[in-house]
Amino acid sequence: MTAPALNPGLDAAFVAADGPPAQYGDGASGPASRSVIVGYGFWIFILSDIIMFAAFFAAFTVLSGSAFCGPGAKLLNLGTAKIETSLLLTSSLTCGLAAVAFRGGSIRRMQLWLAVTGVLGLGFLLLELREFAGLIARGAGPGSGAYFSAFFGLVGCHGVHVTFGLLWLTMLMTHVAVKGPRPELIRRLLCFGIFWHALDIVWIAILTNVYLIGTLP
Amino acid sequence: MSDPVSADSGRATTRSYLIGYALAIGLTVASFAVPDAGLWPPAIPIALAVLAVAQMGVHLVFFLHITTAPDSTNNVLALAFGILIVGLVLIGSLWIMSNLNANMMPDMKMAMGGF
Repeated sequence: MTAPALNPGLDAAFVAADGPPAQYGDGASGPASRSVIVGYGFWIFILSDIIMFAAFFAAFTVLSGSAFCGPGAKLLNLGTAKIETSLLLTSSLTCGLAAVAFRGGSIRRMQLWLAVTGVLGLGFLLLELREFAGLIARGAGPGSGAYFSAFFGLVGCHGVHVTFGLLWLTMLMTHVAVKGPRPELIRRLLCFGIFWHALDIVWIAILTNVYLIGTLP
Repeated sequence: MSDPVSADSGRATTRSYLIGYALAIGLTVASFAVPDAGLWPPAIPIALAVLAVAQMGVHLVFFLHITTAPDSTNNVLALAFGILIVGLVLIGSLWIMSNLNANMMPDMKMAMGGF
């Protein structure tokens, strides 16, 4: 948090670690930069994560029609989902602004936007936990029937991802605060951004499938 | 060069994130408005799905920076493959389960409480 801007030496280290920017693509400018390769690898991981979510979505969609002897989607609260969505969407914006601040050379502003991202993510998580606790208190826990098994599996899995994202964010920010901006930061921030934005995409699918289509009369 | 996915540094500016955010908020508000808009009931799920897919596209372009830039070619191909697998998992599961449902014997259906 101490360095308001990157010093020239460190800037040079960043460029050296990252290689020259590719000008033409398709291999014309030589091997891809390290950021491109790391981003690609992490993107593959995210896509496989999304395929895992697809299995949960398939289970939910199949099982949600078979909620015999259970209240099912009638217990879901669209108002909570609305606040959760706005928190998550805004946290995606602030995560992007952190990347912009980093590229602008201001580590302090980056840390500030990352902190805002973390607070918004934490707000989302607390709302979700409150919703889960409310459902369990009304007897609609994961063991109460096929619908809520699938619901807690799908929405809970997204919640676990958000939890790990927050842990990751905390470690990233602490590392920068204690050790200062290091060359690895460029790729760590890149991967965290991909992770956080991808969680948003999964949430949009959950919101549409579980909350909006699921609660139609 | 810290843009998500593609290192296409020209695209990720405060402005592009704000445009993406505005579009995402607009599409979400529209999604929440659709169920009460008095549409023809069978059209509502389709409208919601279209809005969701549009919003995912907005997120991919403005937040994840999946573009047509040369650096992004591999990412786009991986995404296409991911979408193929997701489609196979979803459509395959729904198809085979509805088939099982349709082929269930009537007394089995009753025993399952209208499965």
